[in-house]
Amino acid sequence: MWANRGERILFRDRLPSAVRILNQGVTYAMPEPSVAIRLRGLTRRFGDVVAVNGVDLDVLDGEFLTLLGPSGSGKTTVLRMIAGFERPDDGTIELAGVDVTRVPPYARDVNTVFQDYALFPHMTVQKNIEYGLKVKKVPSAERKARALAALESVRLGAYGDRSPSQLSGGQRQRVALARALVNRPKVLLLDEPLGALDLKLREQMQVELKEIQREVGITFVFVTHDQDEALTMSDRIAVFNEGGIAQLGTPTDVYEHPATAFVAGFVGTSNLLEGVAAEAVLGRPGTWSVRPEKIRVVGVDAVPNDGEHAVRGTVREVVYVGMSTRFVVDLAVGGSLMAVQQNSEMSTDLGHLRGQQVQLVWDARHEYKVAD
Amino acid sequence: MTTTTATPRGFGYRHPRLRLAGLLSAPMAWLVVVYLGSLAALFLTAFWTVDDFTGQLVKTFTMKNFQQVFTNPAYLGSMLRTVSIALLVTLFCLVLALPLAFFMARVARTSWRPLLIAMVLTPLWASYLVKVYAWRAMLQPETGVLAWFLDPLGLSSPGYGYLGIVITLTYLWLPYMILPIYAGLTRLPDSMLDASSDLGAKGGRTFRSVVMPIIFPSIVAGSIFTFSLSLGDYITAQIVGGKVTMLGNIVQTTYVTNLPFAAAVATIPVVIVLLYLLAVRRSGALDNL
Ligand SMILES: Nc1ncnc2c1ncn2[C@@H]1O[C@H](COP(=O)(O)OP(=O)(O)O)[C@@H](O)[C@H]1O
Ligand SMILES: [Mg+2]
Repeated sequence: MWANRGERILFRDRLPSAVRILNQGVTYAMPEPSVAIRLRGLTRRFGDVVAVNGVDLDVLDGEFLTLLGPSGSGKTTVLRMIAGFERPDDGTIELAGVDVTRVPPYARDVNTVFQDYALFPHMTVQKNIEYGLKVKKVPSAERKARALAALESVRLGAYGDRSPSQLSGGQRQRVALARALVNRPKVLLLDEPLGALDLKLREQMQVELKEIQREVGITFVFVTHDQDEALTMSDRIAVFNEGGIAQLGTPTDVYEHPATAFVAGFVGTSNLLEGVAAEAVLGRPGTWSVRPEKIRVVGVDAVPNDGEHAVRGTVREVVYVGMSTRFVVDLAVGGSLMAVQQNSEMSTDLGHLRGQQVQLVWDARHEYKVAD
Repeated sequence: MTTTTATPRGFGYRHPRLRLAGLLSAPMAWLVVVYLGSLAALFLTAFWTVDDFTGQLVKTFTMKNFQQVFTNPAYLGSMLRTVSIALLVTLFCLVLALPLAFFMARVARTSWRPLLIAMVLTPLWASYLVKVYAWRAMLQPETGVLAWFLDPLGLSSPGYGYLGIVITLTYLWLPYMILPIYAGLTRLPDSMLDASSDLGAKGGRTFRSVVMPIIFPSIVAGSIFTFSLSLGDYITAQIVGGKVTMLGNIVQTTYVTNLPFAAAVATIPVVIVLLYLLAVRRSGALDNL
């Protein structure tokens, strides 16, 4: 339907209503934001379960957007609705300004990398990659050339004649990526594509995926439940909880200024001061979050600087984690906090601190109020 | 060594091959002696003859029986008819089983599956003869159930004969085609179908390019059942076939008077099924899976 990008933009220009919607709430002097995917009030129920509950989201052109959230929070369902495999019960989906809510998957200019890769077992790697082009009746010579280029871009140039069953997990993952990218979609959807890989390979693929995304300039919508993955790869993160978006922002935003207690806990370690403890330490009510690496562990007689807050407690646990050491400290005023120290000293065995009285100190600017 | 008493103990653990052999010996003996043995006896007998005057077996090698089958137009016709019936039954079973199995495996609710499978299996619990006689009643010209339905439409019941045999055998062997295809379809991951439509293929294209090749081994399995069961059948032909005879009927009418000739006729379906299996293997369709 939309053979290439140029045509798609023309298509949008021919639809004044779409343009009007795009400009709603935006001063006309501002440049028109280029939105690749626009979700409005997206809702999907399965029986009594509300899998996705009124999601509003704009994914910008060329952006790497991650849907981050615990298992069952509705990420996959949102992705499947964008791809067209699932019909929303309510709400609309626009791709490049065109309402595609009722358009079947085969007519959407979107491709998916599936969690289980979904490579066709009866086709060679080459045939798998050519499938989308073949369906679109791309001539054989061009098809072969593009498939080969796609294979080379994922560094599997020599594997075209293999069957998917002869590849490792990481190689299959890359074939799935090539099979999607070869169609030059406007948007690429990835559902936990690295979930089945071991840690080393996963970290390597995170870097590679990000590089590929930068090179091809395609909008990526990436689903994961792994906060580190989300923080490393994304331009923006939508944190999902119980079928809705708890917070949308850059990795720094989400990590440093979590909007809710849920986000503070899910992205990073839940390090909250609440109720009585907050009143006692900060002199303010409410729930506050301080990231563990912002907290220093010092002796009880150390005097905090201006603009710092301090609290006394007993070290419950000392965990050596290679580059750093983690302390869990039970506060005298109730509750507990975690602090992380870099192991930059020569002697880093701090186990003797277990059971000791210490003071936790942090800059007051690193406290963030979170909604409950 | 002192470790010989370490767990796990027992003869079987230390000699897994012998243990396997022990487990398999009874079924192997059955397979070799009873099954392959009787097949070998059949092949051997097919090359003997019967003395026309004394009725005694003449145990000397000759191709006479096979020559007779392949030169006598009546026998040759019966052979070609039997093969064509088996092919048609297989084709009809396939055409009926594909949508049914697809519905059972991919459209109907998961909770309905046991019920649907039970419905497919129920006819298998009834006696073969009862089912064939039921079809005799159905097919009866003018007064049968089919006639009752078809006559108002200006059509007539197929009656007893070639078509009657094909219809009855299709009914009899349909479950053997549905079940393997159903099993193949349930093993097909949803994401495979999603991936195909994601890459731009509509339903028909996905069915041809993805579903069919992946379930092809299941179709082959089902067709081996329907094809070989049809090739060897003779009771259906007797009951609903009218004057039409199949290879099995020739065996039935000749084995008392001329056992070697009956054996030769019975060998033919076995050879045809073997050729069919070889052809499937040669096609390479089963290699990737
Ligand atoms: N096909 C389905 N049938 C019934 N319930 C479903 C189906 N798909 C998802 N759900 C339910 O919807 C909720 C969200 O699921 P999902 O989108 O897969 O979450 P996530 O990808 O974040 O783990 C879960 O409670 C899940 O059980
Ligand atoms: Mg999921």
